[in-house]
Formats: sequence, structure tokens, C-alpha cells
Amino acid sequence: MADLMQLLTTNPLAKQLGVPQATRLRRGRELPSGPVAVGTAGGGTLARRALDLLGVPVRDALLDRPETRVTETSDDGRSREVPEAYPGRIGALVLDATSATSLADLEHVRGLLRPAMKGLESSGRVVVLGVEPETAGAPTAVATQQALEGIVRSVGKELRGGATANLVRVDLLTAEPTTAQELTSTLSFLLEGRSAYVSGQVLHVGHAAEDPQPLSDRPYEGRIVVVTGAGRGIGAGIARTFARDGALVVAVDVPAGGQGLAEVANSIGGTALQLDITAPDAGARIAGHVAQRFGEAARIHAIVHNAGITRDRLLANTDEQWWGSVLDVNLGAQIRINSVLLEADRPGGLDDGGRIIGVASTSGIAGNRGQANYAASKAGVIGLVRAMGADPRLAERGITVNAVAPGFIETEMTGKMPVATREVARRINSLQQGGTPVDVAEAIGYFADPSSAAVTGEVLRVCGQSQIGA
Amino acid sequence: MPDQLTDAVILGGNRIPFGKSGGAYATASNQAMLTAALDGLIARFGIAGERVGEVAAGAVLKHARDFNLTREAVLGSALAATTPAYDLQQACGTGLETVIQVANKIRLGQVDSGIAGGVDSASDAPIAVGEGLRKALLGASRARTPLARAKALAAIRPGDLAPETPRNAEPRTGLSMGEHQALTAKEWGITREAQDELAAASHHRLAAAWDAGFFDDLATGFLRLSRDEGLRPDTSVDKLAKLSPVFGKGEGATMTAGNSTPLSDGAALVLLGNQEWAAEHRLPALARFVDAEVAAVDYVSGDEGLLMAPAYAVPRLLARQGLTLDDIDRFEIHEAFASTVLATMAAWESEGFCRDRLGLDAPLGAVDRSRLNVNGSSLAAGHPFAATGGRIVASLAKMLHELGPGSRGLISICAAGGQGVVAILEGC
Repeated sequence: MADLMQLLTTNPLAKQLGVPQATRLRRGRELPSGPVAVGTAGGGTLARRALDLLGVPVRDALLDRPETRVTETSDDGRSREVPEAYPGRIGALVLDATSATSLADLEHVRGLLRPAMKGLESSGRVVVLGVEPETAGAPTAVATQQALEGIVRSVGKELRGGATANLVRVDLLTAEPTTAQELTSTLSFLLEGRSAYVSGQVLHVGHAAEDPQPLSDRPYEGRIVVVTGAGRGIGAGIARTFARDGALVVAVDVPAGGQGLAEVANSIGGTALQLDITAPDAGARIAGHVAQRFGEAARIHAIVHNAGITRDRLLANTDEQWWGSVLDVNLGAQIRINSVLLEADRPGGLDDGGRIIGVASTSGIAGNRGQANYAASKAGVIGLVRAMGADPRLAERGITVNAVAPGFIETEMTGKMPVATREVARRINSLQQGGTPVDVAEAIGYFADPSSAAVTGEVLRVCGQSQIGA
Repeated sequence: MPDQLTDAVILGGNRIPFGKSGGAYATASNQAMLTAALDGLIARFGIAGERVGEVAAGAVLKHARDFNLTREAVLGSALAATTPAYDLQQACGTGLETVIQVANKIRLGQVDSGIAGGVDSASDAPIAVGEGLRKALLGASRARTPLARAKALAAIRPGDLAPETPRNAEPRTGLSMGEHQALTAKEWGITREAQDELAAASHHRLAAAWDAGFFDDLATGFLRLSRDEGLRPDTSVDKLAKLSPVFGKGEGATMTAGNSTPLSDGAALVLLGNQEWAAEHRLPALARFVDAEVAAVDYVSGDEGLLMAPAYAVPRLLARQGLTLDDIDRFEIHEAFASTVLATMAAWESEGFCRDRLGLDAPLGAVDRSRLNVNGSSLAAGHPFAATGGRIVASLAKMLHELGPGSRGLISICAAGGQGVVAILEGC
């Protein structure tokens, strides 16, 4: 009974009956198999330069105009005008709208998107590039840039077959414009299978004080990454994904979760650190462990604050303890641990050029009945990340602070949800399926990547463009 | 062979929380528990895929299928399959004896590192078939024709089908350990109150240690158990006083389920190495293994109590090391029964015992009670026989490291068969 929906969706009849069919998503460091089409609305060149740096084979995007349409006649003899079609499926459309300032430019955006809507391969990608609307100047230009967000979010909902659409905003009209090099880590993340469960999202790429490190398939080789809550579920996925990409993982979890933690740590050749993150000395113990195991000079490249708890109950029934424990584990502990690891001379502390990644939740954006404490903590993480991302002292040290906000992720925990609730949660997103721990891990990995130096203060939803918290 | 001995140091340990017999680990085998303890240790020290010098462990209650138990656990763990392993058994002294073995091999330079400890399950205890059935089955397996096999099996009588239940009794006296200890408690005049006080303190101290996070880097949760199952933080002398005696007879019986160690399930291991190996792995030495001694007493004739051998072993060890009880900062006297600890200490304070039995001019002295079992011991934690040594060595090494270099700890473990295994560690 547990998988009535699975039965429905795998039955050959189901498709004919109109049951939504989940596509098997392309995952991992896999680029689209088809060519990447590039187009521009307004004449921007940043996207093409970034793609050149990535070495991705590109072709010019088709533009739908009345004069390029072709007449198509259906079996019943009715004919209609359709846009020119790509000769084969394209893997992605990268649309540079950084110079778009007018409604005419938006028409160009439409013209570039239309042929791609039916021309994308399975798990294809639409990536639109814009600038921060507030920096665009004239009201019409601001409106144009803001319009891109509405377009991308709608396109994400229209795309099928595991395809996604995302908007990247860069700084071009400010004192410190984003360089093509700085864009590459974000572009490669969005094109690759690593962003399988990210759609309808807006990311900002700014400018880093120093040139970012070049892209690599094993960006954490020899680097120390600390993951809290690593004993199971999403945390275990995060630890394994970092290890896959070369990291020396310090896997942290509460002593009660030691069995799972040991299994994860042993399977990736990491070390297990049993620790209650709310203990007053938690930060010092993490740093101490790193300094001891990797030497006094060793520093943490990234810490992922994944550990979290829920204590769901209607606010009408919530006392200070029920409220406080969630706030303390999910938010207070992060704040305390960060402050210790950020001490400049702390052996085993966070390195210059280091990364702090919080784990928020779509519940922290949308709120959830019976989860006021949880939503408070996760919304708090979002606030924390924004504030720290804007902190010039951290920027000076090249430290970035970002968060992911997972939606419905398939774990042991969500496996225990009531069938109906779970199935609804799985289906009410643009990809019509739940995400996997790896999807969250890949987004965290993108933030943690040494080449993502220009990305800070961001909160990225990994939710398949869920309707919840949209 | 080196002229001088190399230091063997204790680098840490790992155990699974101890379960109550028939409790959380009721269906867990010795091999499963030992493997879990091993994997937790490997993860803590980041040595997955590595070969260590050797792994020595054992179990007291052992199934026939558990031959080569430790090697099988190694093969099932994340250690390199090229890590050699062997089993050892010395009743409740097993765990400490494996530490002595591994430490001595390190000191001789035969291995650079090793893991020592043990496992026991009182829940998943082996049950043997009766002699009649066993002989018939063996006969049938030797039979070469179906007829001969049928004939052999036909010899089985209904009475043969009853299993041989395992008994917690000394084969040579037929008395259980508790019954033996009841004799000793009576002989030494150990009061009920003193026993209950010691038991309550054990629970309170162990609970406080768990609360303080002392076991965060000494234990790894297993099968939903994250603390020792038998631990009762809210017990008190008053509550313990209400229990009826279970060992000994009549008026003078003082030993209850509350002041006697319960049957338990669990596994514990210790990681040892020489200083070079420790430095290579960036593992700080917690304590140095100094020396050990094993004694045995003639309990069969009734000359001495079954669990009194440590009372002999400790003075011999201290004398060899030129130490007195006052030189010891932490005592870990295994709480087989509260009265065992009390009788042992009473013996060291007794002029007569020390003169007549130990041949000393004066009493050995008194153990400073504030230094005794400060983080609780077997009464509260439980006592899976072969796991107790590993639990104590790892905990004591951590305590001594916290006390600082040069601090000394004494371990005393009594064992079935009238044996006692004791050792001295020194903080690094």
C-alpha cells in the first residue's frame, strides 16, 4: 500500500490516464548531452564568455520571429505556424539578458525561449542571465530586469521531462562588476546534473576580492570539510558527496547517532566526531579535532551546518522548552560555532577563503502549520546568511556564507510520512518528484567550491520549484 | 630484538552502550556487537582501510560458531582485511588481558599498534544439547548408510531433548559467583548499607559522566541504545535498601540485585600504539601502559574467596613498581559485586590479611574513596564479561590524560576461576 502512487505511475496505463510521470533526472557532474544554445537579448556578452571559459560546445540560439516560422500541417489537415525547430534536441539554452532594458528586449527573450521550450532534451536547462534590478537605472530597465524573474519562474513550471529554468543575476552596472571567470562555477552547476532538483530559482553572483580558483572535478582535494548531522539522511549524502569530490570529511553527529555516523565516516575514510552541537564547547571541540588530526596549521575549508531537529506542535501548545530546543539546535548552535571557528588565530578554525553553508528549509520561507519554532529557526538561518554574506570583514578574508533550503527530499524521515501527505509533497513541484539527499549535497558543494568565491549571502532552494513557499 | 622496551600508549577506545540481558541487544550476536564497537573505533580515529598490528579480543560466553570471532569481526569491519586477529579468554579478565597482550607486543617492538578488548552477550548465550542427543547426532553424522543413520538417531530418548542450560556457576564447586561472594562478604563483615552506598554512588557517578559528555568519545550508540541500559540515575540508598537479598542465606544475607552486577550485553575496545605510530596518526597518547600482574587463589578448597585474587595481585604489582596505594590517583576496581570492592579494600587495610596472606610487615593501606570509580563502574554500566576490561582501560586512560602527565591509575578486575588481573597506567 505504501506505494500506490508508484504503482499508478509505473503502470503502462497510468500515462494514458494522465497520471504525472516523473522523469529520471540527470545527476552528478554531467553536462547536457546536446549542444548549449546561446542567445542574447540586448547584446550582453558575459554568458558567451563564461561558456567559452567552461569549454562547453555552443551553438547560436534560434530566434522565433514571424518570418522564421514554418507551416505545420497536422493529420487532420489543420495547419498552423510554428517556430523554426532545432535540428536535434539541445541540452540547454543560456540566455544573456544582462543588457536588456526595454519591453522590446523582453520580446527578444520570448523569441529565444519559444523554440527552446520544445527543443530541450530530457533534463535540459534554461539559464537566464540578468542584473540586479535595483542597479538597472531607469524605471523601464528595472521593470525589464524584474520581468525576467516572472518569466523564469513561469518557464520552470511549464518545462517537462526534468528540464529546469533558473535566473542568475550578476553585477555589471556597479563599481565591482562580475567577471566571466566568476560566473563559471554557477553556470557549470546550473548546466550540470548537480542542479537536478533546482528550478525556478534566482541566484546572485557578485564579485570577489580575489580571482576565484579554477574549476575542478575534485575541488576539495586535500581540503577539510566539516558536516554536522552527518550520520544519516541528507547529512550522510552531503558527507559522501564532499568525499567524492576529494574532501577530508569530519563527520559530526550526536553520540546517539553514532552507529550511522561510524558507517558514513568509515565508508568515506573520514573521521567521526560525536558531539552535541549545542554544547558550549562544541565549536572549540570541532576546531580541536581538526587541529589534532590534521596538524596545528590545518584549517577548515568549509563547515556545513546540517544538523537540525523538529519539535512540531501548534503554537497554542508550545512552551519555552519546546520552542527553545529547536531554535538552539537549528540556529543558536550555528551562531556559536561560527563565532569560534571565525576566530582568526584559532588552530583548526575556518580558513581564509573558507565557506560557511547553512541548511534552511522551504518551511522557513513559507511557514508551516505546527512548525512555528522550526520555521523560525530556518528563517533565522536565512537572515544569518544574508547578514554574514554582507559582512565586509568576512569578505576581506574571502569567506562566503550561503544556505540551501531543501524542499521535499526522500529520506528515512520523509519515508515515514503518511502516504497521502508524502505523495502530495512529492508531486506539487515542477519536477513532480521528491529530491534526493545528493541534490541538496550538490547545491551545498556548489557554494563550498573554491571557484564560487563571488557567491555569498545566497539562499538557494533545492525543492524542484515546489509550490510550497514559492 | 630491541634492548630497551618501547612505550605502549593508549590512544583511545570505543564501546557500545551496555545493554541489559534480554534488553536492547537481545538478538545481537557477539560478532555483531564486536564489529559495531570496532567500526565505531575505526571511524573515531579515521583508520578505515588501514592495517593495524593486531586485534585481540574475546568472549566468555561463546557459541561454537564463534570460532575465530575476532578475526571474523575484523573481516566484517572497515579495517584492512590484512589485519591479523586472535581470540583470548580469561573470564572477566579477558578484556584487560588482551590489553596486556597487545601492550606487551608493542613494548617488544613486535607490532606498532593494536586493538584490544572483548564482547559478551548474556542474552544470546550458547545453549548446548544434552550429552545423549549430542552423542546420537555425532553418531548419525558418522553413519555411512541410511540404515546406520536411522539406528543412531533411534537411540535418542525424550529426556535427551532437554538442552543443557548455561549456568553461572563454578564447575568445581557448583556455587554461583554470587553465592561465592556472599561467603566472602560474610567473612569480611561487609554491611548491606556499605554495599548499597557503593551501588548508589556508581549509578550517580556514571549518570553524571554521561551527562557531562565524558563518553562522547568513548562510546558509540548501537541499536537505538545511546546510554547504558541498566543505568538508574534516580536510584538511592533508600530505594536499594528495599530490595530483598538474592545471594547468601538467612539473617546475614546482604547481597541484592541492586548491589550485584547485572548480566549484560556489550562490547568494548581500546586502541594502543607506540609513540611513533601515534604521532604518524596525529593521535595524542592518553596514557602509558606501565605494568600488569595476574594472581590466582585456591577457592576450590575454600582457602580463599573466589573473587579475592586481585587482593593478592595488586600488592605484588605495587611492590614491583615501588609504589604504594597513595601513589595512585585513580582506582578502577571492577564492581563485580559491591561487596567484592569492599572486601578487597578491607583486606588491604587488614593487618592480619596483609601479614598472613601477603607476607607484609604492615597493612597495604586504605584506598582513598574519592579516587575510586569516580565515573561509576560495573554496577551501573553493566558487565558484559569480556567487555569490562576495555571499558575500564579506555575510561581510565582518558581520566588520567585529563589529570595530566605522571598521574597514575590502577585497574583491578576479578575473574571466575579465582583469578585476578590488575594493571597500572600512567597519564600522558
